[in-house]
Amino acid sequence: MSHYDLIVVGAGIIGAACADCASAEGMKVAVVEPGSVGGGSTASSMGHLVALDGLPAELALAKYSMELWQSLADLPQAQYHRCGTLWLAADDADLARIPAKLARLAAGGVVAQAVDAASLRGLEPQLVSGLAGGVLVPDDGAVYPPAVAMHLIERACQRGAVLYHERVVRLEAGGVLLHDRSRLHGAVLVATGCALAELLPELPLQPRKGHLVITDRYPGLIRHQLLQMGYADSAHGEVDSSVAFNVQPRPGGQLLIGSSRENRSTTREVSMPMVQRMLQRAFEFLPGLRPLQALRIWTGLRPVSVDGLPYLGRVPDRPGVWVAAGHEGLGITTSLGSARLLVDQLLGREPAIDPRPYDPARVAA
Amino acid sequence: MSGERVSVQVNGIAVQIVSGSSVAAAIAWLGVPSRRSVSGQWRAPLCGMGVCFECRVSIDGVAQQRACMVPVREGMQVRTDD
Amino acid sequence: MTERYDVLVVGAGPAGLSAARAAAGHGARVGLIDAQARGGGQVWRHDVVRAEASSVPRALTRVIARARVEFLAQTQVVAAARGILLVEDTRGARSLQTAAVILATGARELVLPFPGWTLPGVTGAGGLQALAKQGWPLAGKRVVIAGSGPLLLAAAASARSHGAQVLGIHEQASAAAVLRFAGGLWRWPSKASQALRLRAQLAGIRYRCSSVVLRALGDDRVRAIELDGPGGRQQTECDQLAVGYGLLPNLELPQALGCDLENDGAHPQVRTDDRQCTSVTGVFAAGEICGIGGRDAAVVEGAIAGHAAVGEVSALQALQRRRQHQRAFAAHLQRYFALDSRVLALAEPETLVCRCEDVPLHALDGHLDARSAKLATRCGMGACQGRICGSALAAMGRFPRGDLRPPFFPARLATLGDTNFPADFNPGGVSP
Repeated sequence: MSHYDLIVVGAGIIGAACADCASAEGMKVAVVEPGSVGGGSTASSMGHLVALDGLPAELALAKYSMELWQSLADLPQAQYHRCGTLWLAADDADLARIPAKLARLAAGGVVAQAVDAASLRGLEPQLVSGLAGGVLVPDDGAVYPPAVAMHLIERACQRGAVLYHERVVRLEAGGVLLHDRSRLHGAVLVATGCALAELLPELPLQPRKGHLVITDRYPGLIRHQLLQMGYADSAHGEVDSSVAFNVQPRPGGQLLIGSSRENRSTTREVSMPMVQRMLQRAFEFLPGLRPLQALRIWTGLRPVSVDGLPYLGRVPDRPGVWVAAGHEGLGITTSLGSARLLVDQLLGREPAIDPRPYDPARVAA
Repeated sequence: MSGERVSVQVNGIAVQIVSGSSVAAAIAWLGVPSRRSVSGQWRAPLCGMGVCFECRVSIDGVAQQRACMVPVREGMQVRTDD
Repeated sequence: MTERYDVLVVGAGPAGLSAARAAAGHGARVGLIDAQARGGGQVWRHDVVRAEASSVPRALTRVIARARVEFLAQTQVVAAARGILLVEDTRGARSLQTAAVILATGARELVLPFPGWTLPGVTGAGGLQALAKQGWPLAGKRVVIAGSGPLLLAAAASARSHGAQVLGIHEQASAAAVLRFAGGLWRWPSKASQALRLRAQLAGIRYRCSSVVLRALGDDRVRAIELDGPGGRQQTECDQLAVGYGLLPNLELPQALGCDLENDGAHPQVRTDDRQCTSVTGVFAAGEICGIGGRDAAVVEGAIAGHAAVGEVSALQALQRRRQHQRAFAAHLQRYFALDSRVLALAEPETLVCRCEDVPLHALDGHLDARSAKLATRCGMGACQGRICGSALAAMGRFPRGDLRPPFFPARLATLGDTNFPADFNPGGVSP
């Protein structure tokens, strides 16, 4: 009863995707989660599905994963919204980066087209005038992650996976020790996000705090997800704190406004000065945001690895232990691809994309 | 001053109402509900004191205002959901 | 722009007005904040139709009129930190600094879900009274009042005085309980005489005990209701149903400031000492948020808080004796109008519990806690941030009410984005 082919530790979007994928391959799966399914970083996240081209390996995983997301597009609770992304060039310096961006996206197999300044307001009437131009990525979208995580776990359980409302206190040879002193035996996949250090301290993982603000419903006001060209710089930057413009229209018309990143904050408390900075940046692109009603502000923690790419694969020097964690702000997008990559490696199959950039062994090197 | 009447437009229709009344009252005088819920049901004020948010309408072009908390003003343009 | 006050009072109902007057009487610079355009709260709400009906006592309006108290009308507290309130009004937003805060945020109504409760024409009981006073058309309308507590009588009297035809008042408590409540009123003469006045105003209106509205019927608005009482079930046609099951303290701001709560009453309330000081230094509380006790308790507690907030204690002893007497009324009230368990179970599986996001009761099944239910169903994620559904679910014993984070009410993005917050502004936190 306590022997499994795979013990997935953590039921956020990553763990849920892995449990679903592994169980679909006929593996006998256990999932161990002390809180609610999808209740951690997954619940705080923006839910965007973005072909982010900051790093080639990041784009490859995102593109692969977004193809897999198509299979969940019709799931009602996923609230999948193919809103596309409109990247915005604020000035000539941003504009000069567009050709390279288009080349990277093309090389990654992502459909994208340049948008000139004159066409921007036609695509998105609320934008401030005077922007230099942009890039439209029509296949990007957004989902509601907690409901997807719950669905994936339910699907896994329908195939015989067992969900333990428990906490893993220690990894042991051949399995895990739970808080109630019982043991589960089998290969272990650690997908605990920001809590990675508790079980795998050798894999550097920093929590990076972000703020989000959601408004009341304004249907049709914003049509695309909007991102400023420098967003990836913020995501991969090293400074203590940064903001980068990001607005997502939810299917019901609410607007989700981000983004902020802080490396040194240790609490989940909302920082009003940080929210102010983030909104000031947003007003620069969308001055029409000012009179809109904000309903809620919250924070979330992004799990950041040594180099901004997730750890996906065997953990060095720990036989039978695997890891899928460290996705920074791209966890929702890359969840399904991460799971497939992991399970392919578990089964000794050739993964669809090169797994080496995500190899946990790179840390020691 | 009580007794003085104010004229506001609700969905383009003029409503005369006692000065100091709320926009919610003006809408009720017209006999229409204030908003449609997310699944399309008609709704009208429940609490009368700004807590339930069922009375949200657009006032002078600004959406999502709680009508029960806003006194009418001469010439106000109010739009409910349709 | 930051302005400095000696005392900021949040809420301009009986407790807040009384507090502002007491503090200003000692020369303090007092700011009185209220989301409404005029002071009075709910109990003393200005009646635009029957302006001759007295509302706020003259002594209190005089204090404000003489500019000894700055009345910040149509102003909401959006966020709060130690000694600072971020407020938004119709034109913009400001940070207000203060040495002391007096919280007098009053109460809202407990409305419990039942089939048809979302139909236009269904309001709270206090809700109907508030709507009537703000000019809602009631003349000739057939109104049923239901729920629990003396508020039903006040609501019925308001409805009648605004021209409504009140078909009946349906109290869920038993006749025995109501009689015992009434029988004990002699200890509070002003309340006894108020009760007699109400009885006179309500002559000819049926008052039924052990009577509950099971459902509201209608297509696009309420047309009839189904009642269940000692005589069995019956349907009654009506134009408005006003139903409220008692009052709930508005605790969002006290909780956000870190004030300890206690469970002495029917619902959680703010714990204070005999100077109306909460567990947080510099934060005082008065009125319904300290326990549902009515207008007279609010007035005396407001006065205590106002004096104490500026360090003037000479007047306190006499006030504290009066307070004790009024608080005994609160206990008396709570004792006889406790909610029968059947009113907590009126909702059917398809009945919407969350009105903002249209979440039916059955969608909440199988969730172990409020947070997971919220994440899965969106219950509580809408504009009211769980004030209606969360309070109902807590009363129904499903999930306890969680904390509310800023913004405490929806705020313009400009308020959050254009205000200069000091670097150490820590909303809701007492400690950094």
